[in-house]
Parts: sequence; C-alpha cells; structure tokens
Amino acid sequence: MHAFANPARFLSIARPLTPWLFWPGLLLLAAGCFAGLFFTPADYLQGETVRILYIHVPAAWLGMSGWTGIAVAGIFQIVWRHPLAAVAGRAIAAPGALFTAICLISGAVWGRPTWGTYWQWDGRMTSMLILFFLYLGYIALANASASSGEQGGVSRVTAIFGLVGAVNIPIINRSVVWWNSLHQGPSITLTGSSIAPSLLWPLGLTLLGFSLLFGAIVLMRMRTILAETRIEARMRRMARD
Amino acid sequence: MAMKAKHQRLILVLAALAALIAAALLAASALKDEAAYFYTPSDAKTKGVEPGKAIRLGGMVVKGSLHRLPDGVTIRFDVTDNKAIVPAKFTGIAPDLFREGSGVVAEGAFDPSGTFVATNLLAKHDERYMPRELEGMTYDEKSHELRKAK
Repeated sequence: MHAFANPARFLSIARPLTPWLFWPGLLLLAAGCFAGLFFTPADYLQGETVRILYIHVPAAWLGMSGWTGIAVAGIFQIVWRHPLAAVAGRAIAAPGALFTAICLISGAVWGRPTWGTYWQWDGRMTSMLILFFLYLGYIALANASASSGEQGGVSRVTAIFGLVGAVNIPIINRSVVWWNSLHQGPSITLTGSSIAPSLLWPLGLTLLGFSLLFGAIVLMRMRTILAETRIEARMRRMARD
Repeated sequence: MAMKAKHQRLILVLAALAALIAAALLAASALKDEAAYFYTPSDAKTKGVEPGKAIRLGGMVVKGSLHRLPDGVTIRFDVTDNKAIVPAKFTGIAPDLFREGSGVVAEGAFDPSGTFVATNLLAKHDERYMPRELEGMTYDEKSHELRKAK
C-alpha cells in the first residue's frame, strides 16, 4: 500500500484507470437498466413496480460500501498515517451520500404502491436515514478540517468519526433480521437468492455498472483534491517570493 | 522491547473498535423489543396489550378469513404468526398488495371484545420476486430453490 504513498505514483495509475472504470460502468448501467425495463417479466405480486429493484439495490449497496470504505481509509490514516487515505475518505463521502439518498428516494417511491406508504419508522428505513445523516456530518467535518490546512484530506477527528459511524453498517444489514419490520428480509444471502433468475440477471449488470462508476467518481475526486493541494502549495510559495 | 508507534496505534484502534461494536450490540439487543416495528399476534396476547392502546399489529392474513361486511366498506380478516390468531377489521381502502396468505401491518387498537380495529393497513411482502408464470411454485427456505407446489 505504501508504494502509493507518493501522489505522483498514485496519479500515474489513477489517471489511465479512470476511463476504464467510467465507460464500462456507464455501458453496464445502461444495459442493465434497458434489460430491467424491457427484457424481464413483471413480478407475480408487485407487477411492473418491481423494476425499481435495479436502481434501489445497487444504491443501497454503494451507500453502505461507501461508508465501509471511509472506515477502512480511517484505519489506514490513523494507524499508518497513509497520506492518500485521508484524501480517499474525503473523496468517497459525497458519492456515498448521493447513493444513500438515491436508495431512500427510490425506496419511498417503491413503498407507496407496494406497502401503501412512502415512509415508516421501521428498523431498516430509520438506520438507512441515519447513514445519510452520518454522511452529511462527515462531509461537514471534512470541509471544516480542510480549511484548517490538513493537506486536502480529512482531519483525524473526521477519520475517527468515520470509524465510529461504521457501527451503523452491520445494524442496517441486520435490521430486518433482529427486529420485525415493514421492509422484507434479505433476498440475496450467502446461500442463494430468492429472486427468480429471470428477474435477477439485470441486477448483476446495474450492480457492477454503478460500482465501476462509483470507483471512477472516487478516483476523479481524489485527483481533484490532490491537484487543489498542489495549487494551494504553489500559491503559498508565490505569495512568499 | 519498545513497541513501534504504528503498532500501538493499531492496537488502540482495534481495541476501540471492539469496545464500540460490543456497545452497539448490547444496545441493539436491549432495544430488541422497543425497536420492533410491530407486535405479532402472539406478542399481543402474551404482553396483554390493553384495549384502546395504539399499536401496530403485523402478521399473515389467514387464508379464507377475509370477507366484506354488508356495509360494503368494512373488511374482516384474521392475522396470524402461526402461533396465535387475532381477528381484525378495517374500514377504508386497503393497499393493492393486501391479500390472503400475504403479510399485513395494521395500525390501530384492540376493542374490548379483543378484535383489532385498524385505522390504517400496510401490505408487507416477503423477499421472493418471481414472474407470474412461477406463481404457485413454493420457495424452499433451506435450499433457496423454487419448486412446483404439489
């Protein structure tokens, strides 16, 4: 990992990798959405509404993976003082919050025709809303620390906040198992899937497509943050001369 | 032998994380009842929910129990969790997915006779998704396979 501690070496890999994540991601996402809209049968119970699945599930997955990434970056920052970890945590926060919001909104739109309600305070929905607020808190903390000269990355307090917030991730995951809830239990588990294969396959495409796009966004944001840091350093040097 | 600073930090972080997870698990298990979104019929019976207290009741609509009263807008049905059965009634428009053999979450209160009077109905569906042609097939919880119902 420390081979990448040098930003120049990181950039030499991140720059060519970005289009390789972005374009295949966009292509897979488009293919998955098209297949999910036109090639899959309607659900026996929900009818056409079930197609929201192809957006809702990847959004939930990335909202939760994003925070897991923030927590891992936090460990690397606190323990190994890895200079890029602080930048990575900051880069993940905004797309993570965006996908969490997409998950909440698509879930509300899906809940109305199926359950008969946009919103209920059950365990799954409440814990997911808390994740969204945690993202907002993390972004606010990261912005506050960036202006105090933390080299573009997040401060250690922010990294610790990222670690503490990770407690919510297993709670979201288990919320439909520990507590009885309006949200149904997990469809896809380690032992198999209770989604019929003819309905399931476009989900693989959108899941992979959104994930690649997420990776591309994070790399772009990391490059932006590093570039801004260099600009600021140069400006300071110029002001001194 | 002096420990390297980064090893000290690693141990500190891991210890803090372990304490944090333990605290969260304790809180979650203490909240087990309070964080439940609804009472099951057996919860409602064993905990003795008094009439008039607003709760949510969740379970399956018993097959063959759903019928409409002569007034045309009130439905009666039984809710079960396979351990207890509670009779319920509701006046109004039920969600599309509300049907016999499927999940329901009813908001309301018990009347003195022990019937649950719902003021709002929500449909709860399970984790299965399948095309219409597969309806009637049964889902095996253990092997996660769809089989033709006998």
